[in-house]
Amino acid sequence: MHKRRDAALTVAIFCASVLLGELIVRALDVPGYILPAPSKVAMALWRGFATGLYQKHLLHTLTETLLGFVLGSAIGFSLGAAVALNRYVEYFLYPYIVMFQSVPKVALAPLIVVWFGLGLMSQIVNAALVACFPLLVNTIAGLRSADEDRINLMRSLAATRGQVFWMLQLPSALPFVMAGLEVAMIFALIGAIVAEFVGTEAGLGMLIQSMNFNMDVAGQFSVLLILSIMGLLLNRCILMIRRRILFWDSSEKERPDQERMPL
Amino acid sequence: MPGPEDATVDAISVRDLCKGYASREGCVEALRQISFNVKEGEFVAIVGPSGCGKSTLLKILAGVLSPSTGAANLRGTPIDGPRRDIGVVFQSPVLFPWRSVLENVLLPVDVQRIGGDRYRELALELLSLVGLREFAQRYPRELSGGMQQRVAITRALIHDPAVLLMDEPFGALDAMTREQMNLELQRIWLERRKTVLFITHSIPEAVFLADRVLVMTPRPGRIVDAVTVEIPRPRPLEAMNLPEFGTMVGLIRARFHAKGGLDA
Repeated sequence: MHKRRDAALTVAIFCASVLLGELIVRALDVPGYILPAPSKVAMALWRGFATGLYQKHLLHTLTETLLGFVLGSAIGFSLGAAVALNRYVEYFLYPYIVMFQSVPKVALAPLIVVWFGLGLMSQIVNAALVACFPLLVNTIAGLRSADEDRINLMRSLAATRGQVFWMLQLPSALPFVMAGLEVAMIFALIGAIVAEFVGTEAGLGMLIQSMNFNMDVAGQFSVLLILSIMGLLLNRCILMIRRRILFWDSSEKERPDQERMPL
Repeated sequence: MPGPEDATVDAISVRDLCKGYASREGCVEALRQISFNVKEGEFVAIVGPSGCGKSTLLKILAGVLSPSTGAANLRGTPIDGPRRDIGVVFQSPVLFPWRSVLENVLLPVDVQRIGGDRYRELALELLSLVGLREFAQRYPRELSGGMQQRVAITRALIHDPAVLLMDEPFGALDAMTREQMNLELQRIWLERRKTVLFITHSIPEAVFLADRVLVMTPRPGRIVDAVTVEIPRPRPLEAMNLPEFGTMVGLIRARFHAKGGLDA
């Protein structure tokens, strides 16, 4: 019942703030190279898409992000599972993982470009590196979250370790893993953009940098807008998958409505 | 001992069972010299206050814990690890929320890889027995606490275990639901005649359900008495108002006080 009203309100607030921005910029006569008016940003956006320039770079960044996300998630999940399931791996490997985790991964981007070149590969690797940690930590927490009583039940049924993992620990970990994937997706996007800043041949990050050199501030804003919408849509995809997989999780129903709100 | 009486081997026999835990203050004795037998098809309740080691005893019988000394036998063979011929019902239903009711019931079948459509049929039949047939495809969070516990009982019966171990299965339910569940359990037991070892801290519940009540006191946990309940079955809820029921409950309560079991 409130849905339609909420949707209308969201659109109204969006229009009002755009209009307000336009008015302020015009009234105060802010120079375009400091803060461009929303209308200028919209025009830059239109131009970018009309010439096909944005599509090309968007596709490049999206590819990096998705491949980095998949690679990083796979690494994060496998490492997390190894740490959670094996005492020895935990004892010998975990300190290094924590040490590595405290390194700002963004600071590694220049090195990665040296190792992997200016091509797609270095951005994928950087995105994967940034994306893998949230999933790693969540996988460890998730696999350890299996309820004691349920473990006792499985043991009383003479379940093997493999069965306990597949039938109990993994499903118990899924809410954590999905939350990790949500963060990992956004982190992959950030990792990809940072790698593009350091050096690349294409991508939205590179576009921002070259626009910066040309003082095309409206253009930069338009790309930022694309990036944020891209992040939002990627997040929605994960949420959709999450809701399908975690239909049984009662906390899923209690989550705030924010992700159901219209764009 | 095996021999002429082989035909009457006890379903459960426990001899001089002790269990100690290592703790910061040294060894904590949880169970001391526990000995008892449960006959095939018998319903035995163990009653005792919380912390008397009832659950430890049950975990040993379920093969999840091992005793410090002494022996526990199931149908004449020692319990030295998890076994497939035991069904366990815990205080909480311990259902898997990602499995439907039917899939939860079939968990032991899946774990023990004895699958087949036969068990699917049996599961549906058992669900009918507990009045949950039409909930087979639902998920646990759509069920009330009492319904969930009935699913747990069904799950414990699916692989046709020799013995059913129940650890305060109705402890988390409200009083009214609890009475209904007691009736239900009696009905299932009369129909299936499983050997049941039922742990509870409610004396009336123990008297209502059991053929024999073992009285346990804490620190260290030991069995101080065994009382046979002579009330004929099936016992309706009204049986609780019978004078002999009250006498029986009073008798067991008096034994607790005599042994100082309730000052814990």
